[in-house]
Amino acid sequence: MSAAASGKDGKGGLKAGFLDAFISSDGAISVFVVLLGFLCGTILILAVGRNPGNMYAALLQTLSGYDITRGVWNARYIGEWFTASLPLILCGLSMGFAARTGLFNIGSEGQYIVGLTAAQFVAIYGPQVPGLHWALALLAGALAGALWGGIVGWLKAKYSVSEVVATIMLNYVAYFLSRYLTRLIPEANTYKTQSFPKTALLSDPFLSQLTNGSRLSIGLYVALACCLIYWFIIERTKLGFELRATGFNKEAARCSGIRVTRSITLSMAIAGAFAGLAGVVVALGSFSYGRVLAGQDGYGFTGIAVALVGNNTAGGTLLSGLLFGMLQSAQPLMQSRMIPKEITQIISGLVVVFISLRAGFKMIIEWRAKRIARERRGERDE
Amino acid sequence: MNSIFGLLPSILMMVAPILIAAIGGMIAERSGVTNIGLEGLMGFGAFGAATFHALLEPTLPGSVWFALVAAMLIGALFSLIHAYAAISLKADQTVSGTGINLLAIGITVFLCQIIFKQERTEPYKLGMMPGPGGVYPTAYIAIVVLLASWYVLYKRPVGLRLRACGEHPAAAASAGIDVKKYRYLAVLASGALAGLAGGCLVLTQTIQYTNMTINGAGFIALAAVSFGRWTPKGVGGASLLFGTAVALAIYMVNIPSMRSLPPEFFSVMPYVITLVTLVIFSGKDYAPKAVGIPYEKGGS
Repeated sequence: MSAAASGKDGKGGLKAGFLDAFISSDGAISVFVVLLGFLCGTILILAVGRNPGNMYAALLQTLSGYDITRGVWNARYIGEWFTASLPLILCGLSMGFAARTGLFNIGSEGQYIVGLTAAQFVAIYGPQVPGLHWALALLAGALAGALWGGIVGWLKAKYSVSEVVATIMLNYVAYFLSRYLTRLIPEANTYKTQSFPKTALLSDPFLSQLTNGSRLSIGLYVALACCLIYWFIIERTKLGFELRATGFNKEAARCSGIRVTRSITLSMAIAGAFAGLAGVVVALGSFSYGRVLAGQDGYGFTGIAVALVGNNTAGGTLLSGLLFGMLQSAQPLMQSRMIPKEITQIISGLVVVFISLRAGFKMIIEWRAKRIARERRGERDE
Repeated sequence: MNSIFGLLPSILMMVAPILIAAIGGMIAERSGVTNIGLEGLMGFGAFGAATFHALLEPTLPGSVWFALVAAMLIGALFSLIHAYAAISLKADQTVSGTGINLLAIGITVFLCQIIFKQERTEPYKLGMMPGPGGVYPTAYIAIVVLLASWYVLYKRPVGLRLRACGEHPAAAASAGIDVKKYRYLAVLASGALAGLAGGCLVLTQTIQYTNMTINGAGFIALAAVSFGRWTPKGVGGASLLFGTAVALAIYMVNIPSMRSLPPEFFSVMPYVITLVTLVIFSGKDYAPKAVGIPYEKGGS
C-alpha cells in the first residue's frame, strides 16, 4: 500500500517538478504566451479562409530580408525591422522601469509625444552644429519626457492621485498641446512643418548602407545604451535598490529610511525620459520634417505589451521589443499577401490578455502547494 | 448666446455616449473592478452596430434599434474576458483592460477587412434619425440609463450588495453575498453599456466605423467617473460638462466670440479638469475602497 502510494507520488513529483519549474519561470511563460498568441492568430486566419503561410512568409521576410515567394534578398527589410523596434524597446523600458517601482505607466504615449515635440522644436530652432544639434534634441526629448512622467510620480507620491488615471489624462493633454504648439511654427501647415536641417537628423550613413538604404539611424545606439543604463540603474545602484524596495512595500521602504516621495517621482521621471527618447528617435530618425500629430502613434500602448512580455528586465524588453517591432514592420508585407494587417494588433492584444492570465498560473502553483502540504500532513497523521 | 442654444442638439449628441459609457464604468468600479477597457468595449459596440446597420438597412426597417441591441451584446461578450481575468483569475485589472483596448482596434478592423474588404465598415445611408428639436433619441436613452443606474444602485437590494462588494468585499461575503457573482454582473453591465455607448456614437456622429471612431471617448468616460466621484448624479454632471467641451471643440468655429481660442483649448478641458480635481479632492477619498483589488476568499 505504502509502496504503491510512494510510487505514484514519485511519478507525480517528477511531472510536477517540470511543471513548477515551467510555471515559475517568467521567461518560459512569456515564450509560451507569445506562442499561444501566434497560434490563435493562425487559427483566426484559417477561420476566415486565408492562408496563414502568407503571414509567416511576411514575418520571414521581415526577419531575414528574404522574399520566399520571389526568391529575392534585400537587407533593407532587416533595417526597417530594427527601425520599427527602437521606439517600442524604449517605450517598453519606460513601462518596465515604472513597473519595477510598483507603478503602472500608461503614460508612455504622452511622454513619447512631449519628447517628440521637444525634439522637433530643437531640430527647427536649435544651433545647426553637426553632432551637437541632434545631441541637444535627444537631451531635450529626454528632459521633456522626464518632466511629463515626473509630474505624475509627484502627484502620486504627494497627493496619492492614481497614476493610471493621471497618465491617461496627460496623454491627451500632451497630444493636444503638441498639436497646438507645432502649429504655432510660422512655416507649419495643418499637418507638417518645414524640413529639418541636416544636422538635426539622426540618420547614419553607415547603418543605412549596411541595410541597403533603410531608415536605421543612430537611434539604434540610443536604444541599446538605454537598455544598458536601465540594467545598470535597476541592478547595480543604490537608487535602483531603493526604487525596487519602494515597489515591493512602500511602508517598509519608508521605515527603512528611503525617501518614498523622491523614489516615486524619480522613478516616473526616468520612465518618462525613456519614452521621451523614443519620441526623439522617431521624430528625427524616421522623419525629415516635423509632424502636426493627427492621432496617437500608439508606441506607448504597444510598449505596455513589450514590457509585460519582457518581464520588465532590460534583456527581456530588448527581445520583446524586437518581436513586436517585427509584427509592426511586417504589416505592409502581410497586407500585400492578402492577410489583413490588423492580425498583428490582434496578436499583440491577445498576448497582453494571456499575460494578465499569468495570475492564473500562480493560482495553480498555490493550489498544488496546498495539496502537497495536505498530502504530507495526511501521511504524517497516518 | 443664441448660437450656444443652437448647439444644444449637437452637445446632447456628444454627451449621450460619454454618459452611457461612464455609467457603465461607474457600476464596475462601485463593485470593485476598474474597467480601463471602456475605450475598447465602445469600439466593439460601435463596430457591431455599424456592421449590423450597414448590412440590414435595406431589408429591415428600424434596423438601428437592432443594431443597438447587437452593440450591447458584443460589448458584454468582450467584457467577459476582462471579468474572467480580473475576477476569477485575480489578474491585474489594468493589464487585462489594456489588453481589451489593444484587441479592440485589431479585431474590429480585421473583421471589416474580411466582411467589407476595406479598413472600415460600409457607410450606411441613414443613421439614427433625430426627433423633435433635432435631438437624437440617444439623449433619451442616456437619461433612462442614468435614472435606472441610480434606482438600481441606491433603491434596490442588488445595488446595495453591489456597492458593498466594492467597499468591503470581505464584510459583504460574511453577510452571505457572493462577491464574485456581483462583480461579474457589474462588469458585464459595464460592457453592455459601453457597447451601447459605442453604438449610439457611431449611429449619430458618423456614417461608418473606422479605427478613429471612438478616439478617446472611452477615456473621457473614465475621466467622468473619477470627476463625478462615483455617483450617478456626479457622473451625469461630469459627462454633461465633458460632452459640452468636446462639442465646443468641434463646433466653436460657428461661435464668433470663441474664434480666437484654439480648438485644442476645449479638447483638452476634460482631461485637465479631471486631473486638477483629482489633486484638489485628494485629501478625501471618494473612490470605492476596494476598487482595483482582487477579492481573495478567506483572506483578511
